[in-house]
Amino acid sequence: MKQDNCTKEILDKVRQICAEHRNDSGELITVLHQAQHLLGYLPREIQEVVAECLRIPVASVYGVVTFYSFFTMTPKGKFPISVCMGTACYVRGSEKILNEIQRQLGIKVGETTEDGLFSLDCLRCVGACGLAPVVTIDGKVFGRLTTDKVAGILDEYRKQA
Amino acid sequence: MKVTIDNRVLEVEKGVTILDAAAQAGIKIPTLCHMHMHELNYANKPGACRICVVEVEGRRNLAPACKTDCTEGMVVYTHTPRVLNARRTVMELLLSNHPDECLTCVKSGRCDLQSVAIDLGIRKVSYQGATTHFEMDKSASIVRNMDKCISCRRCETACNEIQGVGALSATNRGFGAIMGTAFEKPLTDSECVNCGQCVAVCPTGALSENPHIDEVIAALNDPTKTVVVQPAPAVRVALGQEFGCEPGANVAGKMATALRQIGFDHVFDTDFAADLTIMEEGTELLGRIEKALKGDKSVKLPLMTSCCPAWVLYMEKHNPDLLAHLSSARSPQQMFGAIAKNYFAKKIGVDRKDLIVVSVMPCVAKKYECKRPEMSTNGDPDVNISITTRELARLIRQYNIDFAKLPESEFDSPLGESTGAAVIFGVTGGVIEAAARTAYEVFTKKTLGSVDFQAIRGFDGVRVATIDFNGTPIKLGIAHGLANAQKLVDLVREGKCDLHAIEVMACPGGCIDGGGQPFHRGNGEILAKRGAGLYAADADKKIRKSHENPDIQKLYKEFLGTPCSELSEQLLHTHYSKK
Repeated sequence: MKQDNCTKEILDKVRQICAEHRNDSGELITVLHQAQHLLGYLPREIQEVVAECLRIPVASVYGVVTFYSFFTMTPKGKFPISVCMGTACYVRGSEKILNEIQRQLGIKVGETTEDGLFSLDCLRCVGACGLAPVVTIDGKVFGRLTTDKVAGILDEYRKQA
Repeated sequence: MKVTIDNRVLEVEKGVTILDAAAQAGIKIPTLCHMHMHELNYANKPGACRICVVEVEGRRNLAPACKTDCTEGMVVYTHTPRVLNARRTVMELLLSNHPDECLTCVKSGRCDLQSVAIDLGIRKVSYQGATTHFEMDKSASIVRNMDKCISCRRCETACNEIQGVGALSATNRGFGAIMGTAFEKPLTDSECVNCGQCVAVCPTGALSENPHIDEVIAALNDPTKTVVVQPAPAVRVALGQEFGCEPGANVAGKMATALRQIGFDHVFDTDFAADLTIMEEGTELLGRIEKALKGDKSVKLPLMTSCCPAWVLYMEKHNPDLLAHLSSARSPQQMFGAIAKNYFAKKIGVDRKDLIVVSVMPCVAKKYECKRPEMSTNGDPDVNISITTRELARLIRQYNIDFAKLPESEFDSPLGESTGAAVIFGVTGGVIEAAARTAYEVFTKKTLGSVDFQAIRGFDGVRVATIDFNGTPIKLGIAHGLANAQKLVDLVREGKCDLHAIEVMACPGGCIDGGGQPFHRGNGEILAKRGAGLYAADADKKIRKSHENPDIQKLYKEFLGTPCSELSEQLLHTHYSKK
């Protein structure tokens, strides 16, 4: 999978984000949050730049990145999939949906497919409990999902790619 | 305010924790993560282990004693059945994810986890389940076995707050949490400078020195080798602790006897090389000062000492733009090695490859230093093997030596004679004081009234003193603990530092608290006593100025010529590079 998308331009944007927060080490989490939006993940190079700008050890940055589940060092797929595991979705079978997606894509939660198309994550409640079980793909919400619909939806996205 | 702990009424100040209040009353509440050493400004209080829980009247939950401040009229019980049960549960949970290998663990007998488990009377571990496994990591100096980590975070505090190195941090979460490096790099490739302060504070066998006594035993049993040994200044006031002596007791005489009984062919002393270091580094300093006084703007002042290999590597890794400030003088360990291999070996008619130089150091960074490529000649290292004070104690035990009953003896000649200036190398401020004694007399051509520079001594993290060199004020700076040193380095970088020389020792307190010393286990008094032991050893010496050491004078006359001569530069000086 291509991972060399961490260009000088991206790193300059990271420096800019740090500067916008006065290079204040107390803003580490906010900075990382915004930096992750640039590529969808936090590669080593970004963490090194953040450490340099905020003048903190890179080990501390890495410590924060690996502690909070929101942060990831795995590149996201072109179409990130999030399965809601909130109470309502869970009792209406979201685990079965999750297992089906894992089976179809051959990846586990937190991973990205070899072709870079899909990545899979879980989240807790998107606020659409009436549509449970809910899955979002690339920001689009799929409600009242059943396992037999999974393959078709994934194929639609493959056609788009 | 008044608090009652275990039915004893105590008067305590506001802001005192239950743990500290209890300690004042002689009640020792067990702890694992907590470590607070006022002397060194070291405070690790994450409240992580929960071993110190106590029962507080009127409070529903048990309270962690280390994190709970006393309040007026508070009533505390430290050993109710509920408390003991909770402590045992916490301990059993910790042990359920800890390797069951106390018998073979390097830390056995000196392990806080083991001691507390013994005190709590743990006889079985009721919990079984998943265990965590991490890959072992071994640098030239340090072994990390994170399976034994209990996440107390003492190493993280030492590495970040005391040393400002930032190699270690808490990483990952939950069951996979580990004190690790950035991106799980091996220590060697991280910001680590091998100071070993993480080893000095680790409560378990998770962090330890890279062991080398088997190499020593092999050399001692190789009939083709002549084996010489050099123990560092700070070793003599710490080794005794391993054999029940008073902390700080100077056991140099017994140590010399022990080393001879172990079978070293020549028992020398790093102190000799410390005197030699003063000759070289002092001459270098005076040379720079004289140039500066003549108006030479290119000269790099302040001169920074280079005896401490962790400090040198710290500069190479963290401040490579200021390497020109470091003295080019090698450390005493390496000067000793160079003289042993190039002077002593010839004197006794032994090829340098057949002379094995073993050093006994209070330090784990010395293991790295002797492996630096520039410290070898044609692949033959000047110092072959470096072991720590703790390893020497193990060697003494393995050789069935009853240390306490040993008679005292002297170091051998010619690399065993030393002055009082040399022995204080082991404590913060000692190197600069020793240098001042010699530099003063060389510069002013006068004899010093008192050799005791009290203004230089003490345990404050950063100290500055001005010494009058017969009308020329010479400004000296001292820092111990690398985070303190960085404060002076920042001033130098900003051009705001008017000091002539700066002494830095990476470890807080100096080598007396080196990463290879017997463990202080949070007792700062031990370190103060080691420091006092070195100053007492200095005061006891007839000769207290390095340039008056007769064997040093003879070495220059017979071999080196003058300090900073071409031969001295070649053998006793070095260069540094960005790492």
